[in-house]
Amino acid sequence: MLPSDLKPEQFIGYPPEARKLVTGYVAALQRLPLSFLPSLLREVIEYDFKFPAERRALEKELANLNSLSAEKIKDWFQGFAQIRLSSQLEHSDWVNAPGQFVEQLSSYLSTTHQLDAFRIAALAYADRLRAVAPPEPPPAPRLGITVIGQGVAAHGEPLFRKLRAHGAYFSAVKPENGLELLLNVVAGRAKANPVPYGHWYIDGGQAAAHDPALTCVSHHALEPVRAALSGKIRAEIARPGMGPEALRTLLAQIRPVDLGLGKAGDAVLDRFQVKLLTEGSGTQVFSTTFAQWAAREALRRAQPLTLLVRFAPRQRQKPMNEMLSASLAPAELDPLGSLIDADIGAYYNWLNLQRLPGAAQSSFLVWFEGHNEAIAIGPSLPRGTESNAAASLEQLLNWAS
Amino acid sequence: MSSHFSPQSAKDRARLASGRAFASQELARQLAWSRREFLRSAAGVALGSSLLPSSLIARTGISANKRKVVVITFGGGARDQETFAPEGQENIPHLMRELIPQSTFFAQVVNRGILGHYVATASLATGVYETINNFASLPPEHPTVFEYFRKDLKRPASDAWVVAPSNGFNRIGESSHRSYGPGLGARVILPKHLLSAATSGGADYEHLLRDNYETPFYTPELGGSEFALQQLGMMLKLSVDDFKAHARTLSSPDELSVYIVRQLMRQLAPSLLWITMHDIDIAHAGAYSLYIDGIRRTDRLCADLWKTIQSEPEYAGKTTLFILPDFGRDSDDDAGGNGFQHHRTGDTLSRTTWMMALGAGVREGVVFDRPLESTDLVPTLGSMLGFSPALAQGKPIPELL
Repeated sequence: MLPSDLKPEQFIGYPPEARKLVTGYVAALQRLPLSFLPSLLREVIEYDFKFPAERRALEKELANLNSLSAEKIKDWFQGFAQIRLSSQLEHSDWVNAPGQFVEQLSSYLSTTHQLDAFRIAALAYADRLRAVAPPEPPPAPRLGITVIGQGVAAHGEPLFRKLRAHGAYFSAVKPENGLELLLNVVAGRAKANPVPYGHWYIDGGQAAAHDPALTCVSHHALEPVRAALSGKIRAEIARPGMGPEALRTLLAQIRPVDLGLGKAGDAVLDRFQVKLLTEGSGTQVFSTTFAQWAAREALRRAQPLTLLVRFAPRQRQKPMNEMLSASLAPAELDPLGSLIDADIGAYYNWLNLQRLPGAAQSSFLVWFEGHNEAIAIGPSLPRGTESNAAASLEQLLNWAS
Repeated sequence: MSSHFSPQSAKDRARLASGRAFASQELARQLAWSRREFLRSAAGVALGSSLLPSSLIARTGISANKRKVVVITFGGGARDQETFAPEGQENIPHLMRELIPQSTFFAQVVNRGILGHYVATASLATGVYETINNFASLPPEHPTVFEYFRKDLKRPASDAWVVAPSNGFNRIGESSHRSYGPGLGARVILPKHLLSAATSGGADYEHLLRDNYETPFYTPELGGSEFALQQLGMMLKLSVDDFKAHARTLSSPDELSVYIVRQLMRQLAPSLLWITMHDIDIAHAGAYSLYIDGIRRTDRLCADLWKTIQSEPEYAGKTTLFILPDFGRDSDDDAGGNGFQHHRTGDTLSRTTWMMALGAGVREGVVFDRPLESTDLVPTLGSMLGFSPALAQGKPIPELL
């Protein structure tokens, strides 16, 4: 089937809000090339479970497509129109399983050496869309905080090496009640700017006490979910004929309820958490990977005003099958390795914060938990500087903002 | 903007606006230039362009039929910032201080193929960008270097070996090409399969049995345990007990592979020996400290193998060693990736890697930054060893001939 054959009734299997949204744009979708459309539908089919920022962006994108003349459609999508597709792809159920189509398309583009052409077409489209529907500026300057090194008594190597050129390094920070203070600052921002999914607290271990206004995700709280997922994976890989691609498809289809989530919670957040575990590589086993990936995805998708990420010690490296086994023995931890993971994780958090609208006004703080070291980055702080003057974390945040 | 095509950083957008194809080449050139300058300053190597060519045989006095070649590929490249850049050189002391000063170094090797480890290694071994499914147990479609070598030079099966880390590589030794194929390729030894056959798993060995990191939950099943044990006893002259005892002292799968390589060199002294390492690819699990550990271990193992080559009578003075990653990893700047963790964006950094050659007939301490392709390796080996890789797409590298 080709996009020109699309009919509203073909979206009957979509969740209710997605169905309502897409049926208003069928005529616009009929004009799009098949090499493009399923990647858009992959987002549309998730509309009910998207964060507000994502919903607004998708609505704008569809409205823009609807507004383009036939000539402009041809111009915008000429790169995609030149992509050759197989009849197998054309005959697949790309309306109801757009995610599977995109996976198969990726493989097909590789084997037919069209990946670069597709990449160029996709980037050109993203540039054009950004020009006509620019990202919304945040209602207040964003703040990112990353806390690293939990459980590390001493560390001989310099920290924040990637970030020092971008901000001010402080070596005499007062650590007392540091985490509590930071969480209070985040809670204060949530009260001052009560935006849905606008203020996040991600913990790689067990979440500390925090204001309920914060959207909280923690590795510890998801332990039963991770165990359920591991059980499913173990069962699936033991089945005859199971391969990595089939397993990936199966993981993509897992719903929160399949893993014990979704009984009385937040459907959007539940879906987000399941995706962290089923789409993120290593998030199932390493808490540092989980925290970094959760932060990346929260920033990319929810575009929060405030994000506090606290890394915790991950388990030491073990064979994957051992880590997947439901052993009752407590995991041996690797605090020093985790500090190195978290140090680069903090850098990635800053990079991802910089990719959001309003980056020039945003501020960022990384603190070595329980210690005197921190780095602060912000519009009013000099770059590449160092200070050994005593300062509280609150002062650092004030200077960075 | 919708997230189905990842937004680019401002830097990327500026680059793209000025012409994507040109910009990509320019970025690769700049990358090679940086590598060249890092090596000139840190390892004291000279620019290759000022050197006069002379023939390989004139330089070595060794005829092609006496020459041996060892190829080491890394499955899962390491980025410059963790290796050749000033801040990364601490991770590769052996390459920097011992191997590069003795080598001809190519700073810009571009892989235009599919960035999956099995298919990329198959491409390196055939000199053609293979398009086989990375995750299926399939032979390369084009003749491998081992088949050209054995058929053209009438060499026995014992003269060409591959030591590979993953069960998925069990068919890398010979192609499905009708003019070559079964019986003409290399023998493939999978150290982890050997260890599994010898031990039936067990807690003492699990850290050595991780199959791969691209699909961490999935290990292709292989039969032939009896044959594996025959290989161990008859060819490698290792008793199961000795093998198990030694394996217990090792910390990683690549250390196990190097141990097997040494046995092969001592017992069979093959003229064409190919080893693929994989420890660095732990990066897929997202733990930066483990990725760095992998780089440091690989650096040490490469130096160990070079020492073995120099100390084994069958190899000393007549062996050329090639070391190259199969491809790179994603840059921090590409919002579509997650930095060091994967090689999924297809960006310039993930496609541009390096190669060093050292040993018999190779000029020492020279760096070239002109672009080569991954597929140039097989034609170069053909010219060195005296066979004709008729179906390979690459070109012989004149600086090595």
